[in-house]
Amino acid sequence: MNLLTRLGRYFIFISLLFTRREKVSVYVKQILEEAVAIGIDSIFIVSIVSTFIGAVTCVQTAYNLVSPFIPDYVISLIVRDMTLLELAPTITCIVLAGKVGSNIASGLGTMRISEQIDALEVMGLNSASYLVLPKIIAAVLVFPMLITMAGFLSIWGGYVAGTLTGAITPEDYIYGIRADFIPFNVPFALIKTVVFAFLITSISAFRGYYTEGGALEVGRASTTAVTNSCIAVLVADYLLAQLLL
Amino acid sequence: MIEIKDIRKEFNGRVVLDGISGKFEPGNTSLIIGGSGTGKSVLLKCIVGLIKPESGQVLYNGRDFWSGDADTKRDIRREMGVLFQGGALFDSKTVLENVKFPLDMLTDQSEEEKTERAEFCLKRVGLDNAAKRMPSEISGGMKKRVGIARAIVMNPKYLFCDEPNSGLDPLTSVKIDELIQEITDEYQITTIVITHDMNSVLGIGEDIKFLHKGVKLWEGTNENILDTTVPELEEFLYSSQLIRRMKQSKK
Repeated sequence: MNLLTRLGRYFIFISLLFTRREKVSVYVKQILEEAVAIGIDSIFIVSIVSTFIGAVTCVQTAYNLVSPFIPDYVISLIVRDMTLLELAPTITCIVLAGKVGSNIASGLGTMRISEQIDALEVMGLNSASYLVLPKIIAAVLVFPMLITMAGFLSIWGGYVAGTLTGAITPEDYIYGIRADFIPFNVPFALIKTVVFAFLITSISAFRGYYTEGGALEVGRASTTAVTNSCIAVLVADYLLAQLLL
Repeated sequence: MIEIKDIRKEFNGRVVLDGISGKFEPGNTSLIIGGSGTGKSVLLKCIVGLIKPESGQVLYNGRDFWSGDADTKRDIRREMGVLFQGGALFDSKTVLENVKFPLDMLTDQSEEEKTERAEFCLKRVGLDNAAKRMPSEISGGMKKRVGIARAIVMNPKYLFCDEPNSGLDPLTSVKIDELIQEITDEYQITTIVITHDMNSVLGIGEDIKFLHKGVKLWEGTNENILDTTVPELEEFLYSSQLIRRMKQSKK
Protein backbone atom coordinates (compact mmCIF):
# COMPACT_ATOMS: atom_id res chain seq x y z
CA MET A 1 0.00 0.00 0.00
CA ASN A 2 1.56 3.32 -1.00
CA LEU A 3 1.88 6.36 1.23
CA LEU A 4 -1.02 8.28 -0.32
CA THR A 5 -3.42 5.34 -0.03
CA ARG A 6 -2.39 4.85 3.59
CA LEU A 7 -2.84 8.54 4.29
CA GLY A 8 -6.30 8.42 2.69
CA ARG A 9 -7.25 5.43 4.85
CA TYR A 10 -6.00 7.29 7.92
CA PHE A 11 -8.23 10.29 7.21
CA ILE A 12 -11.23 8.02 6.54
CA PHE A 13 -10.47 6.30 9.86
CA ILE A 14 -10.41 9.68 11.65
CA SER A 15 -13.76 10.64 10.08
CA LEU A 16 -15.19 7.29 11.24
CA LEU A 17 -14.50 8.26 14.84
CA PHE A 18 -16.90 11.15 14.69
CA THR A 19 -19.77 9.58 12.74
CA ARG A 20 -22.46 7.37 14.35
CA ARG A 21 -21.14 7.99 17.86
CA GLU A 22 -22.49 6.06 20.83
CA LYS A 23 -24.20 7.43 23.96
CA VAL A 24 -22.20 10.18 25.72
CA SER A 25 -22.38 8.30 29.05
CA VAL A 26 -20.47 5.41 27.45
CA TYR A 27 -17.62 7.72 26.45
CA VAL A 28 -17.36 9.43 29.86
CA LYS A 29 -16.59 6.13 31.62
CA GLN A 30 -14.21 5.08 28.85
CA ILE A 31 -12.38 8.42 28.87
CA LEU A 32 -11.81 8.21 32.63
CA GLU A 33 -10.47 4.66 32.32
CA GLU A 34 -8.18 5.65 29.45
CA ALA A 35 -6.99 8.76 31.29
CA VAL A 36 -5.85 6.51 34.14
CA ALA A 37 -4.20 4.04 31.75
CA ILE A 38 -2.47 6.76 29.71
CA GLY A 39 -1.81 9.33 32.45
CA ILE A 40 -1.31 7.73 35.83
CA ASP A 41 0.56 4.76 34.42
CA SER A 42 2.98 7.07 32.58
CA ILE A 43 3.89 9.31 35.53
CA PHE A 44 6.86 7.18 36.59
CA ILE A 45 8.59 6.99 33.20
CA VAL A 46 7.90 10.67 32.44
CA SER A 47 9.31 11.69 35.83
CA ILE A 48 12.50 9.69 35.39
CA VAL A 49 13.12 10.83 31.81
CA SER A 50 12.41 14.52 32.39
CA THR A 51 14.43 14.79 35.62
CA PHE A 52 17.50 13.24 34.05
CA ILE A 53 17.17 15.19 30.82
CA GLY A 54 17.08 18.43 32.82
CA ALA A 55 20.08 17.30 34.86
CA VAL A 56 22.09 16.28 31.81
CA THR A 57 21.21 19.50 29.95
CA CYS A 58 22.43 21.57 32.88
CA VAL A 59 25.71 19.68 33.31
CA GLN A 60 26.50 19.62 29.58
CA THR A 61 25.65 23.29 29.10
CA ALA A 62 27.93 24.17 32.00
CA TYR A 63 30.67 22.01 30.46
CA ASN A 64 30.42 23.86 27.15
CA LEU A 65 30.12 27.39 28.53
CA VAL A 66 33.73 27.88 29.49
CA SER A 67 34.04 31.55 28.55
CA PRO A 68 34.49 33.91 31.52
CA PHE A 69 32.45 36.51 29.59
CA ILE A 70 29.28 34.43 29.82
CA PRO A 71 27.55 34.65 33.20
CA ASP A 72 26.64 31.39 34.98
CA TYR A 73 22.91 32.15 35.05
CA VAL A 74 22.85 31.54 31.27
CA ILE A 75 23.12 27.82 32.09
CA SER A 76 19.72 27.73 33.79
CA LEU A 77 18.26 30.08 31.18
CA ILE A 78 19.25 27.55 28.53
CA VAL A 79 17.86 24.68 30.62
CA ARG A 80 14.56 26.55 30.98
CA ASP A 81 14.18 27.47 27.32
CA MET A 82 15.23 24.05 26.07
CA THR A 83 12.86 22.41 28.50
CA LEU A 84 9.90 24.57 27.52
CA LEU A 85 10.52 24.64 23.80
CA GLU A 86 11.72 21.13 23.12
CA LEU A 87 12.66 18.74 25.90
CA ALA A 88 9.40 18.66 27.86
CA PRO A 89 6.90 18.55 24.99
CA THR A 90 8.82 16.78 22.24
CA ILE A 91 11.14 14.36 24.00
CA THR A 92 8.47 13.40 26.55
CA CYS A 93 5.96 12.83 23.75
CA ILE A 94 8.45 10.62 21.92
CA VAL A 95 8.82 8.61 25.11
CA LEU A 96 5.03 8.47 25.38
CA ALA A 97 4.79 7.40 21.74
CA GLY A 98 6.82 4.36 22.74
CA LYS A 99 4.83 3.58 25.84
CA VAL A 100 1.28 4.68 25.03
CA GLY A 101 1.47 4.22 21.25
CA SER A 102 2.69 0.63 21.40
CA ASN A 103 0.13 -0.15 24.09
CA ILE A 104 -2.74 1.22 21.99
CA ALA A 105 -1.61 -0.51 18.78
CA SER A 106 -1.02 -3.89 20.39
CA GLY A 107 -4.26 -3.68 22.39
CA LEU A 108 -6.37 -2.90 19.33
CA GLY A 109 -4.42 -5.36 17.18
CA THR A 110 -5.12 -8.15 19.65
CA MET A 111 -8.78 -7.18 19.74
CA ARG A 112 -8.85 -7.34 15.94
CA ILE A 113 -7.25 -10.77 15.57
CA SER A 114 -9.31 -12.24 18.42
CA GLU A 115 -12.51 -10.99 16.69
CA GLN A 116 -13.45 -8.66 19.56
CA ILE A 117 -13.76 -5.76 17.10
CA ASP A 118 -15.96 -7.93 14.85
CA ALA A 119 -18.11 -8.68 17.91
CA LEU A 120 -18.64 -4.94 18.43
CA GLU A 121 -19.45 -4.42 14.74
CA VAL A 122 -22.09 -7.15 14.61
CA MET A 123 -23.77 -5.58 17.64
CA GLY A 124 -24.32 -2.55 15.42
CA LEU A 125 -21.78 -0.39 17.28
CA ASN A 126 -19.25 1.92 15.70
CA SER A 127 -16.23 0.01 16.99
CA ALA A 128 -13.70 2.61 15.86
CA SER A 129 -15.48 5.40 17.65
CA TYR A 130 -16.17 3.31 20.77
CA LEU A 131 -12.59 2.09 21.10
CA VAL A 132 -10.50 4.93 19.75
CA LEU A 133 -12.26 8.24 20.44
CA PRO A 134 -11.97 7.88 24.26
CA LYS A 135 -8.25 7.18 23.90
CA ILE A 136 -7.72 10.32 21.82
CA ILE A 137 -9.77 12.53 24.14
CA ALA A 138 -8.06 11.11 27.22
CA ALA A 139 -4.61 11.66 25.69
CA VAL A 140 -5.43 15.22 24.61
CA LEU A 141 -6.51 15.95 28.20
CA VAL A 142 -3.77 14.08 30.05
CA PHE A 143 -0.65 14.69 27.92
CA PRO A 144 -0.54 18.45 28.74
CA MET A 145 -0.65 17.57 32.45
CA LEU A 146 2.22 15.12 32.03
CA ILE A 147 4.22 17.63 30.01
CA THR A 148 3.65 20.35 32.63
CA MET A 149 4.95 17.96 35.26
CA ALA A 150 7.85 17.03 32.99
CA GLY A 151 8.76 20.71 32.57
CA PHE A 152 8.87 21.29 36.32
CA LEU A 153 10.89 18.13 36.94
CA SER A 154 13.35 18.89 34.15
CA ILE A 155 14.10 22.33 35.55
CA TRP A 156 14.32 20.84 39.07
CA GLY A 157 16.64 18.10 37.77
CA GLY A 158 18.87 20.80 36.28
CA TYR A 159 18.88 22.64 39.62
CA VAL A 160 19.84 19.54 41.60
CA ALA A 161 22.55 18.46 39.16
CA GLY A 162 23.92 21.99 38.68
CA THR A 163 24.14 22.84 42.37
CA LEU A 164 25.40 19.42 43.51
CA THR A 165 28.25 19.43 40.96
CA GLY A 166 29.09 23.05 41.68
CA ALA A 167 28.45 24.06 38.07
CA ILE A 168 26.13 26.87 39.16
CA THR A 169 25.08 28.39 42.48
CA PRO A 170 21.43 28.11 43.57
CA GLU A 171 21.07 31.91 43.36
CA ASP A 172 22.39 32.04 39.78
CA TYR A 173 20.16 29.14 38.78
CA ILE A 174 17.02 30.82 40.15
CA TYR A 175 18.05 34.12 38.55
CA GLY A 176 18.59 32.43 35.17
CA ILE A 177 15.24 30.69 35.34
CA ARG A 178 13.51 34.08 35.70
CA ALA A 179 15.69 36.08 33.29
CA ASP A 180 14.32 37.10 29.86
CA PHE A 181 11.33 34.82 30.23
CA ILE A 182 9.00 34.72 27.20
CA PRO A 183 5.51 33.80 28.52
CA PHE A 184 4.34 32.54 25.10
CA ASN A 185 6.72 29.57 25.38
CA VAL A 186 4.35 27.95 27.89
CA PRO A 187 1.20 27.96 25.72
CA PHE A 188 3.39 27.05 22.74
CA ALA A 189 4.59 23.92 24.59
CA LEU A 190 1.00 23.01 25.51
CA ILE A 191 -0.28 23.55 21.94
CA LYS A 192 2.48 21.26 20.66
CA THR A 193 1.58 18.67 23.27
CA VAL A 194 -2.09 18.61 22.27
CA VAL A 195 -1.15 18.12 18.61
CA PHE A 196 1.36 15.38 19.51
CA ALA A 197 -1.20 13.64 21.74
CA PHE A 198 -3.68 13.53 18.87
CA LEU A 199 -1.07 12.27 16.40
CA ILE A 200 0.34 9.57 18.69
CA THR A 201 -3.01 8.11 19.72
CA SER A 202 -4.70 8.34 16.33
CA ILE A 203 -1.75 6.91 14.36
CA SER A 204 -1.22 4.09 16.86
CA ALA A 205 -4.94 3.31 16.92
CA PHE A 206 -5.05 3.32 13.11
CA ARG A 207 -2.17 0.84 12.97
CA GLY A 208 -3.69 -1.42 15.60
CA TYR A 209 -7.27 -1.23 14.32
CA TYR A 210 -6.38 -2.45 10.85
CA THR A 211 -4.06 -5.27 11.94
CA GLU A 212 -4.48 -8.42 9.86
CA GLY A 213 -3.06 -11.83 10.64
CA GLY A 214 -1.77 -13.11 13.96
CA ALA A 215 0.57 -12.38 16.86
CA LEU A 216 3.47 -11.53 14.53
CA GLU A 217 1.41 -8.85 12.79
CA VAL A 218 0.32 -7.41 16.15
CA GLY A 219 4.00 -7.00 17.04
CA ARG A 220 4.67 -5.40 13.66
CA ALA A 221 1.71 -3.04 14.04
CA SER A 222 3.01 -2.01 17.43
CA THR A 223 6.51 -1.28 16.10
CA THR A 224 5.17 0.58 13.06
CA ALA A 225 2.84 2.59 15.28
CA VAL A 226 5.75 3.83 17.38
CA THR A 227 7.93 4.58 14.34
CA ASN A 228 5.17 6.43 12.49
CA SER A 229 4.13 8.34 15.60
CA CYS A 230 7.71 9.49 16.26
CA ILE A 231 8.11 10.68 12.67
CA ALA A 232 4.76 12.47 12.79
CA VAL A 233 5.70 14.15 16.09
CA LEU A 234 9.01 15.41 14.69
CA VAL A 235 7.43 16.69 11.46
CA ALA A 236 4.64 18.40 13.41
CA ASP A 237 7.26 19.84 15.78
CA TYR A 238 9.04 21.53 12.91
CA LEU A 239 5.82 22.79 11.31
CA LEU A 240 4.50 24.20 14.58
CA ALA A 241 7.78 25.93 15.29
CA GLN A 242 7.64 27.53 11.84
CA LEU A 243 4.02 28.53 12.27
CA LEU A 244 3.91 29.75 15.84
CA LEU A 245 7.35 31.16 16.70
CA MET B 1 -36.08 -16.27 7.81
CA ILE B 2 -32.77 -15.56 6.14
CA GLU B 3 -32.38 -15.92 2.41
CA ILE B 4 -29.11 -15.53 0.55
CA LYS B 5 -29.13 -15.05 -3.21
CA ASP B 6 -26.21 -15.58 -5.53
CA ILE B 7 -23.48 -14.46 -3.11
CA ARG B 8 -20.17 -13.93 -4.84
CA LYS B 9 -16.95 -12.87 -3.15
CA GLU B 10 -13.38 -12.69 -4.31
CA PHE B 11 -10.11 -11.59 -2.75
CA ASN B 12 -7.44 -10.17 -5.07
CA GLY B 13 -9.02 -11.87 -8.07
CA ARG B 14 -9.34 -15.26 -6.32
CA VAL B 15 -12.98 -16.37 -6.18
CA VAL B 16 -13.85 -17.51 -2.65
CA LEU B 17 -17.64 -17.70 -2.96
CA ASP B 18 -19.28 -18.32 -6.30
CA GLY B 19 -23.03 -17.82 -6.52
CA ILE B 20 -24.14 -19.22 -3.16
CA SER B 21 -27.90 -19.23 -2.59
CA GLY B 22 -30.07 -20.77 0.09
CA LYS B 23 -32.76 -20.32 2.71
CA PHE B 24 -32.50 -20.64 6.48
CA GLU B 25 -35.79 -21.22 8.28
CA PRO B 26 -36.70 -20.06 11.80
CA GLY B 27 -36.66 -22.78 14.45
CA ASN B 28 -34.09 -24.73 12.44
CA THR B 29 -30.41 -25.23 13.15
CA SER B 30 -28.86 -24.86 9.71
CA LEU B 31 -25.32 -26.06 9.18
CA ILE B 32 -22.85 -24.83 6.61
CA ILE B 33 -20.20 -27.51 6.30
CA GLY B 34 -17.09 -28.06 4.24
CA GLY B 35 -13.36 -28.49 4.54
CA SER B 36 -10.92 -25.79 5.60
CA GLY B 37 -10.58 -22.94 3.11
CA THR B 38 -13.85 -23.62 1.32
CA GLY B 39 -15.32 -20.23 2.18
CA LYS B 40 -17.62 -21.11 5.11
CA SER B 41 -16.41 -18.37 7.42
CA VAL B 42 -16.32 -15.83 4.59
CA LEU B 43 -19.93 -16.72 3.77
CA LEU B 44 -20.90 -16.25 7.43
CA LYS B 45 -19.12 -12.88 7.48
CA CYS B 46 -21.01 -11.86 4.32
CA ILE B 47 -24.28 -12.86 6.00
CA VAL B 48 -23.64 -11.02 9.29
CA GLY B 49 -22.37 -7.93 7.49
CA LEU B 50 -18.66 -8.04 8.26
CA ILE B 51 -17.51 -8.63 4.67
CA LYS B 52 -19.30 -7.06 1.72
CA PRO B 53 -19.84 -9.50 -1.16
CA GLU B 54 -19.11 -8.42 -4.74
CA SER B 55 -22.67 -9.30 -5.67
CA GLY B 56 -25.73 -11.02 -4.27
CA GLN B 57 -28.32 -10.36 -1.59
CA VAL B 58 -28.68 -11.26 2.06
CA LEU B 59 -32.34 -10.95 3.01
CA TYR B 60 -33.50 -10.85 6.62
CA ASN B 61 -37.27 -11.38 6.47
CA GLY B 62 -37.20 -9.68 3.08
CA ARG B 63 -34.91 -6.77 4.11
CA ASP B 64 -31.72 -6.73 2.07
CA PHE B 65 -28.80 -6.07 4.39
CA TRP B 66 -26.27 -4.86 1.84
CA SER B 67 -28.52 -2.51 -0.11
CA GLY B 68 -30.11 -1.15 3.08
CA ASP B 69 -29.24 2.23 4.58
CA ALA B 70 -27.33 2.65 7.85
CA ASP B 71 -30.52 2.49 9.94
CA THR B 72 -31.66 -0.76 8.27
CA LYS B 73 -28.25 -2.30 8.83
CA ARG B 74 -28.23 -1.21 12.46
CA ASP B 75 -31.76 -2.57 13.03
CA ILE B 76 -30.88 -5.93 11.46
CA ARG B 77 -27.63 -6.14 13.45
CA ARG B 78 -29.52 -5.58 16.67
CA GLU B 79 -31.59 -8.67 15.88
CA MET B 80 -28.45 -10.81 15.56
CA GLY B 81 -26.44 -12.78 18.05
CA VAL B 82 -23.05 -14.06 16.97
CA LEU B 83 -20.83 -16.65 18.62
CA PHE B 84 -17.31 -16.24 17.30
CA GLN B 85 -14.80 -19.05 16.94
CA GLY B 86 -12.74 -18.05 19.96
CA GLY B 87 -15.64 -16.58 21.89
CA ALA B 88 -14.39 -13.00 21.24
CA LEU B 89 -14.92 -12.07 24.87
CA PHE B 90 -13.64 -8.71 26.01
CA ASP B 91 -10.52 -9.44 28.07
CA SER B 92 -10.88 -6.45 30.39
CA LYS B 93 -14.44 -7.33 31.46
CA THR B 94 -15.74 -10.07 33.75
CA VAL B 95 -17.97 -12.82 32.41
CA LEU B 96 -21.08 -11.00 33.69
CA GLU B 97 -19.93 -7.68 32.20
CA ASN B 98 -19.31 -9.40 28.87
CA VAL B 99 -22.84 -10.76 28.78
CA LYS B 100 -24.30 -7.46 29.99
CA PHE B 101 -22.30 -5.44 27.45
CA PRO B 102 -24.90 -5.39 24.61
CA LEU B 103 -27.55 -4.28 27.10
CA ASP B 104 -25.27 -1.49 28.38
CA MET B 105 -24.62 -0.25 24.89
CA LEU B 106 -27.96 -0.74 23.19
CA THR B 107 -30.70 -0.39 25.80
CA ASP B 108 -31.85 2.10 28.41
CA GLN B 109 -32.69 -0.54 31.00
CA SER B 110 -31.83 0.02 34.65
CA GLU B 111 -28.71 -1.59 36.10
CA GLU B 112 -30.85 -4.12 38.02
CA GLU B 113 -32.78 -5.13 34.90
CA LYS B 114 -29.59 -5.56 32.89
CA THR B 115 -27.88 -7.59 35.61
CA GLU B 116 -30.97 -9.75 36.06
CA ARG B 117 -31.16 -10.46 32.33
CA ALA B 118 -27.43 -11.21 32.05
CA GLU B 119 -27.58 -13.54 35.07
CA PHE B 120 -30.57 -15.30 33.52
CA CYS B 121 -28.65 -15.91 30.28
CA LEU B 122 -25.60 -17.14 32.18
CA LYS B 123 -27.84 -19.53 34.11
CA ARG B 124 -29.35 -20.67 30.82
CA VAL B 125 -25.93 -21.74 29.58
CA GLY B 126 -25.04 -23.26 32.95
CA LEU B 127 -22.50 -20.68 34.03
CA ASP B 128 -24.24 -18.80 36.82
CA ASN B 129 -21.31 -19.51 39.15
CA ALA B 130 -18.71 -17.98 36.84
CA ALA B 131 -20.17 -14.47 36.65
CA LYS B 132 -17.32 -12.72 38.44
CA ARG B 133 -14.47 -14.53 36.72
CA MET B 134 -12.36 -13.00 33.98
CA PRO B 135 -12.24 -14.59 30.48
CA SER B 136 -8.60 -15.58 31.09
CA GLU B 137 -9.72 -17.65 34.10
CA ILE B 138 -12.22 -19.87 32.29
CA SER B 139 -11.82 -22.82 29.91
CA GLY B 140 -12.40 -22.83 26.13
CA GLY B 141 -15.77 -24.54 26.51
CA MET B 142 -16.86 -22.02 29.12
CA LYS B 143 -15.80 -19.18 26.83
CA LYS B 144 -18.08 -20.58 24.12
CA ARG B 145 -20.94 -20.75 26.62
CA VAL B 146 -20.33 -17.14 27.67
CA GLY B 147 -20.26 -16.25 23.97
CA ILE B 148 -23.65 -17.93 23.54
CA ALA B 149 -25.03 -16.14 26.61
CA ARG B 150 -23.86 -12.81 25.18
CA ALA B 151 -25.31 -13.70 21.78
CA ILE B 152 -28.79 -14.39 23.22
CA VAL B 153 -28.92 -11.62 25.82
CA MET B 154 -30.73 -9.24 23.44
CA ASN B 155 -33.32 -11.88 22.46
CA PRO B 156 -32.02 -12.18 18.90
CA LYS B 157 -34.07 -13.42 15.95
CA TYR B 158 -30.95 -14.77 14.27
CA LEU B 159 -28.11 -16.71 15.88
CA PHE B 160 -24.81 -17.32 14.09
CA CYS B 161 -22.12 -19.66 15.38
CA ASP B 162 -18.70 -19.84 13.75
CA GLU B 163 -17.19 -23.27 14.46
CA PRO B 164 -18.59 -23.54 17.98
CA ASN B 165 -16.80 -26.86 18.57
CA SER B 166 -13.31 -25.95 17.45
CA GLY B 167 -10.73 -26.75 20.09
CA LEU B 168 -13.20 -28.55 22.36
CA ASP B 169 -13.23 -32.17 23.51
CA PRO B 170 -16.00 -34.41 22.07
CA LEU B 171 -18.14 -34.33 25.22
CA THR B 172 -18.04 -30.53 25.54
CA SER B 173 -18.70 -30.26 21.78
CA VAL B 174 -21.87 -32.30 22.12
CA LYS B 175 -23.01 -30.16 25.06
CA ILE B 176 -22.43 -26.96 23.07
CA ASP B 177 -24.34 -28.42 20.10
CA GLU B 178 -27.23 -29.43 22.33
CA LEU B 179 -27.29 -25.99 23.91
CA ILE B 180 -27.43 -24.30 20.50
CA GLN B 181 -30.26 -26.57 19.38
CA GLU B 182 -32.21 -26.10 22.62
CA ILE B 183 -31.94 -22.32 22.34
CA THR B 184 -33.02 -22.44 18.68
CA ASP B 185 -36.09 -24.54 19.56
CA GLU B 186 -36.91 -22.56 22.68
CA TYR B 187 -36.87 -19.11 21.06
CA GLN B 188 -37.73 -20.24 17.51
CA ILE B 189 -34.79 -18.31 16.11
CA THR B 190 -33.00 -18.80 12.81
CA THR B 191 -29.65 -20.39 13.61
CA ILE B 192 -26.73 -20.84 11.25
CA VAL B 193 -23.75 -22.89 12.39
CA ILE B 194 -20.46 -23.11 10.52
CA THR B 195 -18.73 -26.39 11.25
CA HIS B 196 -16.62 -29.22 9.92
CA ASP B 197 -17.32 -31.36 12.95
CA MET B 198 -19.06 -34.60 11.88
CA ASN B 199 -20.64 -35.10 15.31
CA SER B 200 -22.43 -31.79 14.86
CA VAL B 201 -23.44 -32.70 11.32
CA LEU B 202 -25.07 -35.92 12.43
CA GLY B 203 -26.30 -34.55 15.75
CA ILE B 204 -27.98 -31.21 15.00
CA GLY B 205 -27.94 -30.98 11.19
CA GLU B 206 -31.62 -30.37 10.47
CA ASP B 207 -30.63 -28.45 7.37
CA ILE B 208 -27.15 -28.84 5.90
CA LYS B 209 -25.43 -27.00 3.09
CA PHE B 210 -22.11 -28.36 1.85
CA LEU B 211 -19.56 -25.95 0.36
CA HIS B 212 -16.61 -26.99 -1.75
CA LYS B 213 -14.19 -24.49 -3.30
CA GLY B 214 -16.69 -21.66 -2.81
CA VAL B 215 -19.58 -23.47 -4.45
CA LYS B 216 -22.61 -25.06 -2.78
CA LEU B 217 -22.52 -28.67 -3.96
CA TRP B 218 -25.15 -30.32 -1.79
CA GLU B 219 -28.09 -29.47 0.46
CA GLY B 220 -30.05 -31.83 2.71
CA THR B 221 -30.42 -33.11 6.27
CA ASN B 222 -28.52 -35.38 8.63
CA GLU B 223 -31.04 -38.09 7.70
CA ASN B 224 -29.90 -38.34 4.10
CA ILE B 225 -26.33 -37.00 4.14
CA LEU B 226 -24.79 -40.48 4.37
CA ASP B 227 -26.59 -41.47 1.18
CA THR B 228 -24.97 -38.77 -0.86
CA THR B 229 -23.45 -39.52 -4.23
CA VAL B 230 -21.57 -36.23 -4.52
CA PRO B 231 -17.90 -37.32 -4.63
CA GLU B 232 -16.56 -34.21 -2.84
CA LEU B 233 -19.06 -34.65 0.00
CA GLU B 234 -18.32 -38.37 0.21
CA GLU B 235 -14.64 -37.59 0.46
CA PHE B 236 -15.37 -35.02 3.19
CA LEU B 237 -17.65 -37.35 5.14
CA TYR B 238 -15.60 -40.51 4.92
CA SER B 239 -12.34 -38.89 5.88
CA SER B 240 -13.62 -39.64 9.37
CA GLN B 241 -12.96 -43.22 10.56
CA LEU B 242 -16.14 -43.14 12.62
CA ILE B 243 -18.37 -42.26 9.68
CA ARG B 244 -16.62 -44.86 7.49
CA ARG B 245 -17.43 -47.54 10.04
CA MET B 246 -21.01 -46.27 10.34
CA LYS B 247 -21.41 -46.56 6.58
CA GLN B 248 -19.95 -50.07 6.57
CA SER B 249 -22.23 -51.22 9.41
CA LYS B 250 -25.22 -49.66 7.59
CA LYS B 251 -24.41 -51.80 4.55
